[in-house]
Amino acid sequence: MLKALFGGVSSVGRQTVDGIWRIGYATRFFFAILLHSGTAFSRFGLTIREIYFSGVLSLIIILVSGLFVGMVLGLQGYETLQTYGSEEALGILVALSLVRELGPVVAALLFASRAGSAITAEIGLMKATEQLTAMEMMAVDPIARVVAPRFWAGVLSMPLLAAMFSAVGIMGGYLVGVVLIGVDEGSFWSQMQAKVDFNLDIMNGIIKSVVFGIAVTAIALFEGYDAPPTAEGVSGATTRTVVTSSLAILALDFMLTAFMFRGLN
Amino acid sequence: MTNDTLVNIENVSFGYNARPVLKGIDLSARRGQVVAIMGSSGCGKTTLLRLIGGQLKPNQGIVRVAGEVVSELDQASLYRLRRKMGMLFQFGALFTDMSVFDNVAFQLREHTELPEDVIRDLVLMKLNAVGLRGAAGLMPSELSGGMARRVALARAIALDPMLIMYDEPFAGLDPISLGVTGNLIRRLTDTLGLTSLVVTHDVQESLKIVDYVYFVSEGVVEAQGTAEEIRSSGLPFVHQFVHGEPDGPVPFHYPALPYAEDLKLEVARA
Repeated sequence: MLKALFGGVSSVGRQTVDGIWRIGYATRFFFAILLHSGTAFSRFGLTIREIYFSGVLSLIIILVSGLFVGMVLGLQGYETLQTYGSEEALGILVALSLVRELGPVVAALLFASRAGSAITAEIGLMKATEQLTAMEMMAVDPIARVVAPRFWAGVLSMPLLAAMFSAVGIMGGYLVGVVLIGVDEGSFWSQMQAKVDFNLDIMNGIIKSVVFGIAVTAIALFEGYDAPPTAEGVSGATTRTVVTSSLAILALDFMLTAFMFRGLN
Repeated sequence: MTNDTLVNIENVSFGYNARPVLKGIDLSARRGQVVAIMGSSGCGKTTLLRLIGGQLKPNQGIVRVAGEVVSELDQASLYRLRRKMGMLFQFGALFTDMSVFDNVAFQLREHTELPEDVIRDLVLMKLNAVGLRGAAGLMPSELSGGMARRVALARAIALDPMLIMYDEPFAGLDPISLGVTGNLIRRLTDTLGLTSLVVTHDVQESLKIVDYVYFVSEGVVEAQGTAEEIRSSGLPFVHQFVHGEPDGPVPFHYPALPYAEDLKLEVARA
């Protein structure tokens, strides 16, 4: 009985210590990436290659999702707005929802599951098959050669993907609202142009997506780098990447929104 | 330690967490030699290579390579030393996103400013040395296990190192690839004037090509000598190992309770 109690207490203690140790390790890993980022820029070809794998190859899912999200916004927005007879404000509703929130957040969630999981699996398998150790033994730093280019590729891709998500989403809203339902085209665009502020809305959206890009890519890289070199280890790390980065995106989004749009009204 | 000693290990101990793996090992390899480190699986052979490569630091003792104490080097000096070492991993550890050619060219591109046409010539020469010049365009996934290891060998000699470490180069190879790999290790050592450290448990294949053998068991050097001395050794452990006997100083059974007691047989108590 007493033994079980002690066992329970010591297991809680061990898990806490392990957790704190892991946070410390992740932080050191993150700073190591920043410290060894020289190669990612001096040999920008390495980063370009990763932009292709995580950014360009994510385009299809981002664009298709953006289109559908915009179309749904058009439908739902129209339903609500027409109750108050202000359906010409549909353009503002669609644009603000996308640029401020849905663009950065949904694009980041999609990016985490499409590119983040791939990054974790790739790095984890490179570790499991001793490719990273081999690189180290060849006097090439894997953080500089493998990790940092992937990090910067993710950070650069994310705002571009979010911007494209929002742009296509607005087109989706236009298709449903104007072309299908028949909201006045002139007021749809002119109200949008008048009410969407570059600094407040668009810039804040971009800042959000950069932050999400940093979070998702850093989590994906860390999970891969820290994965136990076994099949279960890599699969567990891939799952953790998607779960952790999705939660991080939503939590960060709340915090950023609270800072950016306080006192707006 | 003489002048032509390339690798020298003095009284090295190492453990993972609380589990000791090496308990005061002494070992040395002279330039131009093929030295085998033998022992049963999990006896710390690979750990020894990692200590020499500077990936791990010994808890006690000194690892010297070319006169430098590996554990005292900072990262820049360690990387400088590693450029003069090649390591062949058990399954090759080829970069799976690059072709055979790019794998062999990797270090040349990372560490030298050589023009691409010179790199091409060098890579084809290295690949020719392992008999795989024709496979330059293949991807690692298209190679057999033996071929992958030969490509890894070509990659390891790309910068003409002074030392090559082989981690289980014979594991899982068919008899032909086994002979090919053994011959390559001997021939490259002789023609390139390098030193080879071969970690293996393949007694028959390695005794054909090595100059000196260290037997490691339970974290210490149990026996050492030339291939001939090892073959005729009377030490029970070496005899069991060389002749592949299932039971002996290395027991067949993992430590356990007495069999009868474990099965809860009344007879055992009586």
